[in-house]
Amino acid sequence: MTLDEFFGVGRTITLGSHTFRADEIKAFAAKYDPQPFHMDEKLAEASVFGRLCASGWHTASTWMKYNLTAREDAGGVTWEGPGPRPVFGPSPGFRNLKWLKPVYVDETITFTRRALSHRALASRPGWRVLTIVCEAFDSTGDKVLEFESAVLIEAG
Amino acid sequence: MTEKKWAFEDFEVGTVIDLGSKHVTAQEIIAFASEFDAQPMHLDEEAGKASILGGLGASGWHTCSMFMKMMCDAFLLDSTSQGSPGLDYVRWKKPVLAGDTLTGTSTITAKRESASRPTLGFVTVTHELKNQDGEVVAELQNMGMFLKRNAGAAA
Repeated sequence: MTLDEFFGVGRTITLGSHTFRADEIKAFAAKYDPQPFHMDEKLAEASVFGRLCASGWHTASTWMKYNLTAREDAGGVTWEGPGPRPVFGPSPGFRNLKWLKPVYVDETITFTRRALSHRALASRPGWRVLTIVCEAFDSTGDKVLEFESAVLIEAG
Repeated sequence: MTEKKWAFEDFEVGTVIDLGSKHVTAQEIIAFASEFDAQPMHLDEEAGKASILGGLGASGWHTCSMFMKMMCDAFLLDSTSQGSPGLDYVRWKKPVLAGDTLTGTSTITAKRESASRPTLGFVTVTHELKNQDGEVVAELQNMGMFLKRNAGAAA
């Protein structure tokens, strides 16, 4: 099989869905993003958002949670060779992250991933960098989050 | 007139805001990872040591979330922030390990008024987090939306 097949290049994978309840929105916000519109219903009503909504970091971190459950090395695809099975390493970061719409309390968000391409790393022989598009949609189908991420992979 | 310290007018290109410091504990790293990024190197000291991170390391998403709290405490909670449409980039440059103490700065790199909303402006901020050895562990750039100082009176 090719690396393209293993990574599912061009294919959108649905990772899972998550409903953001008030208690978890507030718990995350209290630790990491205690702005009024993430902390309290009444204060949120008076804010630009109009209703309690999740921290953007809460939404993005939850993408990661569901991404792990459906990773290529978590049983999604079986590597058939040739050569050793590619090993997933760390991510150097991401870019163009957009919080397109607030994630309001009790909203159910569906997370997706799509592999775009991969290339050899000149600085690290035997390693490749895989670029992926990460997205999240609310129950009306509106996109609430998108970003372009990368992950280092030991392959070949 | 807002009573907040930071309104759109107060952010000047070139201004550097100190984000204070944050000590990162193993307990916090494990708690975050258990919920959002349950990979062995974020959950277990031995697995971390055996990994490319070289020790129990924070999820990159945890680093971003800790950065957010530092920014809230440094200026965002005392500002006219209306949220952020997103980030241009986040670069995880070095592992953030249990026991590290992070410091950071936010530098204002651009600003412009909103064309469609006269009470609002956009501020571009470039952020840097360092560890106790002075190594840059993360670089971020985002845009924030802030009300102007007289926005309440005009509304």
